[in-house]
Amino acid sequence: MSSIKQGVQAQSFSEATLARFAREVAKYPAEQKQSAVMAILSIVQQEQGWLSPEAEQGIAEYLGMPAMAVHEVTTFYNMYNQQPVGKYKLNVCTNLPCVLRDGQKALAHLEHKLGIQMGETSADGLFTLQQSECLGACADSPVMLVNDRHMCSFMSNSRLDQLIDDLRAAEGKA
Amino acid sequence: MNANQVLQQFAASGVETCFHDRHINPQIYAGLDGKNWSIKDYEARGGYSALRKILGQDGSEGLSQDQVIATVKESGLRGRGGAGFPTGLKWSFMPRQFPGVKHLVCNSDEGEPGTCKDREILMHNPHIVIEGMIIAAYAMGIPLGYNYIHGEIFEVYERFEAALEEARAAGYLGDNIMGSSFSFQLHAAHGFGAYICGEETALLESLEGKKGQPRFKPPFPASFGLYGKPTTINNTETFAAVPWIIRNGGLAYLECGKPNNGGTKIFSVSGDVERPGNYEIPLGTPFAKLLELAGGVRKGRKLKAVIPGGSSSPVLPADIIMNCTMDYDSIAKAGSMLGSGAVIVIDDTRCMVKSLQRLSYFYMHESCGQCTPCREGTGWLWRMVDRIERGEGKPSDLALLDNVAENIMGRTICALGDAAAMPVRGMIKHFRHEFEHHIEHKTCAVPAYV
Repeated sequence: MSSIKQGVQAQSFSEATLARFAREVAKYPAEQKQSAVMAILSIVQQEQGWLSPEAEQGIAEYLGMPAMAVHEVTTFYNMYNQQPVGKYKLNVCTNLPCVLRDGQKALAHLEHKLGIQMGETSADGLFTLQQSECLGACADSPVMLVNDRHMCSFMSNSRLDQLIDDLRAAEGKA
Repeated sequence: MNANQVLQQFAASGVETCFHDRHINPQIYAGLDGKNWSIKDYEARGGYSALRKILGQDGSEGLSQDQVIATVKESGLRGRGGAGFPTGLKWSFMPRQFPGVKHLVCNSDEGEPGTCKDREILMHNPHIVIEGMIIAAYAMGIPLGYNYIHGEIFEVYERFEAALEEARAAGYLGDNIMGSSFSFQLHAAHGFGAYICGEETALLESLEGKKGQPRFKPPFPASFGLYGKPTTINNTETFAAVPWIIRNGGLAYLECGKPNNGGTKIFSVSGDVERPGNYEIPLGTPFAKLLELAGGVRKGRKLKAVIPGGSSSPVLPADIIMNCTMDYDSIAKAGSMLGSGAVIVIDDTRCMVKSLQRLSYFYMHESCGQCTPCREGTGWLWRMVDRIERGEGKPSDLALLDNVAENIMGRTICALGDAAAMPVRGMIKHFRHEFEHHIEHKTCAVPAYV
C-alpha cells in the first residue's frame, strides 16, 4: 500500500504530460484547480501504471493542494491503482445483471486461463485480474474493462481466450 | 496487431443493444447506426433546431426563459436518473436573479446495476445531450456547465469531448452563441469508480476534486451547489429529452406517454432475456410488451421476478410485474420504483438468496462510510445474507435482517442506505420461503444456480 510519508520527493512530469494536465485544469475556474485532480490522477495512472506517493506529491504541488487531499482521492475511488499492477488490468464485472449472464463464469475462466486467482498478477507481469462492480454496460454482459479505458463486451469464454492470446501475441509472449 | 487494435476488436458495436427496430416511437435513439454521432449527422436529423427556435434564429420571435420552463413543465418530463422529480419544477427552483455564477451539471455517472442507457446516448447521440444542456442553461441563465461521466465508460467520455469540440467550432457553445447575448461554456469530467458519485451532492464533491461523500441537505444544490453556487443537476436522458420537447411542444411529449408520465423512456433490459439491450418506449407501455421486445425469458424458461428500476428498487414477482405498465405511477403502486429504468429479469432457475447476496455485497462495497447506519448496516446485511446463502443462517436471522434494514432507512445523509435496505426488504417480503428453506434445509430451494 502506498502511504503519505514525510519527505517524499515530488515527481516531476514531462512537458507532454504537463500539457495534458493543463488541458484538464483549463476546464475549471482559476481558483478551482483541484477539480482537475481526478483526471490528472487517471492520466498519471495511464502513463505509469499506478499512483506512487511521489506521483501524488508531484500532483499535489502542481495543483496547489495538500498531498493528503490527493491521497484521499486515490484511496476513495475504486479504479486508482495504489500499487503496481500487471501491464493489462482486467476488471470483470460480477454484479447481479452480469452474474445472470455468466459474469462469474468469465472471471473463473480467466482465473483458469491465467493460472491466477482474482486480485493476483500473472508471473510474467502481463495480467492483473480483478473482480469489479457495475461497469454500466449490463446489456453487453459478460463485460470486462481493460486498463480503465477499454470496455470489452460479450466476453464469452472463446472471446476471452482470443483476447488473452492476442494480447500475449502483441507482447511477443504467445 | 498492437494491443490497442486487439482491444478494439472487443468493443461493443451497439447493434444488439441499441440499433434495432424494437423501440416504439423513439425520440432519443431514433435513426442511430453507430456511425452518425457527429454534428453534421445530428443536424441532418433536425439537431440544434430547438436551440435555433429558442434563440429566434429560425425566423420566429424566440422563446423567453419562462416560456422554455413552462414548456418543459407542460411536457410532464420527470427526472430519468431515478428519482422521477418533475424537471420543469426543478428548473423553476433555480434563482435566476442570483447575480453570481450559477452552474449546470449533467449526471452521467451511470452506475446503478442494470442501467446502461446513458452510455449509449452519449456514445451514439452526444449532441442531443449538449443541445438539451444548452437549452437548460438558457432557461436558467447559467453560464457554466459540466457533464460528469462514469469513469468506467472512458471511451464515452472521449466521444463526448470530441462532440463538445464540434459544438464549439459550430458556434453552439461558447461566448455569444449564434450571435445572441447568451453565452454558455460546457466541459466534460469523469469519475473513476465510485457508485456513490451518482448521488448528486457526492457528484458535486467529486467535481470539486474531493472524495465523493454526499452533503447533508438542505441546503439543496439549487441554492448551494458546485463551488457553493446555485446548481441544477439533471440526468443525461433528461437533458436528451429536452430538444424534442422544444421542437414539438410540451403537450405532444405528454401525449406520447400517459398523464403525469410524459414522453418516452429508455429501459435497459438485462439478465434472463433473449435480447438484452436498451429499449426506448412510451411511458405507460405494458411490461409484457417490453419483455416481448427483449425476446422474452431466455431459453423458454418461466419468469420468476423482475427488479424494475435498478438494483435499488424492490423486486416484484412475476404475477405482479406482468400486470404493470412501465411508468412511474404504476410501478410505485405495485410497491417498487421505476428508478433509472433498469429492468433486471430473473427466471425460475435463479435462487433469490444468492441474488440478494450479490446485491448486498455491492452496497457494502460502495457505502462511502460517512454515516454509521449505512457503513455498519450494509456490512451487517451482507454478512447475514451471506451466511444464510451458505446454509449457516439462524431462524432469527430473517427478523433481524428486516430490523437492520428498517434501522438504516431514513437515518443516513443520502439514499444509499435506503438503496441497500429496500432490496433486502423486497426480497424477504416476496420470497420469504426461499430464505426459510435455506435456513431450515441448509441448501437452496431451486436446483443449481446455472
